[in-house]
Amino acid sequence: MLSDKDRIFTNLYGQHDWGIDGARERGIWDDTKSLLALGREEIVEQIKGSGLRGRGGAGFPAGIKWSFMPKESDGRPAYLVVNADESEPGSCKDREIMRNDPHRLLEGCLVAGFAMGAQACYIYIRGEYYLESQRLEAAVEQAYAGGFLGKNACGSGYDYDLYIHRGAGAYICGEETALLESLEGKKGQPRLKPPFPAAVGLYGCPTTVTNVETIAVSPTILRRGPDWFAGFGRQNNAGTKIYSISGHVNKPCNVEESMSIPLKELIEKHAGGVRGGWDNLLAVIPGGSSVPMLPKSICDTVLMDFDALREVKSGLGTAAVIVMDKSTDIVEAIARLSHFYMHESCGQCTPCREGTGWMWRVMTRMVKGEADVDEIDTLLDVTYQVEGHTICALGDAAAWPIQGLIRHFRPEMERRILEYKKSKQAAAE
Amino acid sequence: MQVEMKDQINAVVGRYQTRRSAIMPALALVQESVDRLHGDVLKEVADVLEVPEIWVYEVATFYGMFNTEQVGKFHLQLCTNVSCMLAQAERLLQHLESQLHISKGGTTPDGLFTLSTVECLGSCDTAPVLMVNQDYHENLNEHRIDELLVQLKRQAAT
Repeated sequence: MLSDKDRIFTNLYGQHDWGIDGARERGIWDDTKSLLALGREEIVEQIKGSGLRGRGGAGFPAGIKWSFMPKESDGRPAYLVVNADESEPGSCKDREIMRNDPHRLLEGCLVAGFAMGAQACYIYIRGEYYLESQRLEAAVEQAYAGGFLGKNACGSGYDYDLYIHRGAGAYICGEETALLESLEGKKGQPRLKPPFPAAVGLYGCPTTVTNVETIAVSPTILRRGPDWFAGFGRQNNAGTKIYSISGHVNKPCNVEESMSIPLKELIEKHAGGVRGGWDNLLAVIPGGSSVPMLPKSICDTVLMDFDALREVKSGLGTAAVIVMDKSTDIVEAIARLSHFYMHESCGQCTPCREGTGWMWRVMTRMVKGEADVDEIDTLLDVTYQVEGHTICALGDAAAWPIQGLIRHFRPEMERRILEYKKSKQAAAE
Repeated sequence: MQVEMKDQINAVVGRYQTRRSAIMPALALVQESVDRLHGDVLKEVADVLEVPEIWVYEVATFYGMFNTEQVGKFHLQLCTNVSCMLAQAERLLQHLESQLHISKGGTTPDGLFTLSTVECLGSCDTAPVLMVNQDYHENLNEHRIDELLVQLKRQAAT
């Protein structure tokens, strides 16, 4: 278990002052100038060396992403955009960072933005997080007043502005290019890539879009050294990570733990165990709604990291662990997710716009068993027609939960269909 | 539109490279003081920002939090996504419907409550969750919902 001295998020539960005084007691804004004095290249090198991978879902190596930003400006400004549009069902970790430890994020924004050569930063926070946006605004004001942001930030000679932008209720804006469109005052519809944001991003300028947690951990990595961070988790899956555990556990929570912790240990040590005991477990969605679920037999031994979960055809995603015990109607749970993706499809690409609705309608019949057994394969086939055939990953995200269901619970789906047929026959006789 | 509101909108414009970027914050500001974002309001926002009306219209209709239809004094938005669903949100929805005598999507005749369901509110560790206007109410059950409704009615009466 991760020891307290190795926690980055020392106010995850809000037991201490979130404001600037409390933040400084926790070591935030402590000689940040010397971190910037490392220079752009050295910061990026150290982040690379730490093995930090993006915490927003895709797990792209953070240092490499930062290094894509132009070394020399061609006259255009550069931007850091922080993705605080946390909307992946199951995920609720960034909220805790923003409301309980906002300065940790703001310091990260300065350090990471500096390393990218950005002149300004926008934090795009989902509209529903109203309290959290107020907190952030207040923290930004404190940071400007203390000389940590703005002109000559932290006495470094570097000018850096930071703004909060509130979203207005659209899951798709968590996709980085949709987020940029939204920030430009447009509908949140993803852009085709390339060009990638590092070349043509916000207002056509070099931009990096990064998750809250990735940014917030970076100053601590620089202070404690990349080797310290790389010391947690397995090779290629470094660091500590905030896990959100919800659903049928005795104590749902957010908790910072080491990467590669066994799923069972995570649930039992931090979330009070599965309701009714481990043997009452049916399945777990290990990384937010978009990743395929795992049945209990895999949950018994699987490790919580990018590679281990990919090996079992799922993913770490945002590390949002949704636990379902044996009382769960597993088909209905996935049908609910299908409804979600249908609702949140931006409508731009035909396979997603039409496919998400089609999949939801079939899933609704599957809940009751009102289908033919070979429709399960038709459904699976349609998920493959949507997956990979859209501009952004929402189509994939809509396909994967259904694929996971069919992979692990096909007998249950067939049982329902046969039972429904029997009940119809009985009624007809 | 009041001068004060125009000033607030213009103050926001300075944060961005384009005036268009200020459409979302402007709509959020204006929404606090109008019944709903109807055509005339959208036109006024477009005029203040000096952008085409259609730009404002498409933003107002794309994003779920902009109310182009009128909602009650208290907009109750219950999360029914998977973590809340596992925590019996569906049962709470039925409870709210029976207590308020309206169905999902409806508004009480006194204009006090509108009841909607929403997608994940990002507070899954404290499911089930209900958003009332801008406030989250977490770890809910029937009893706490009853208390909340009494409290809101009292708040409306004063």
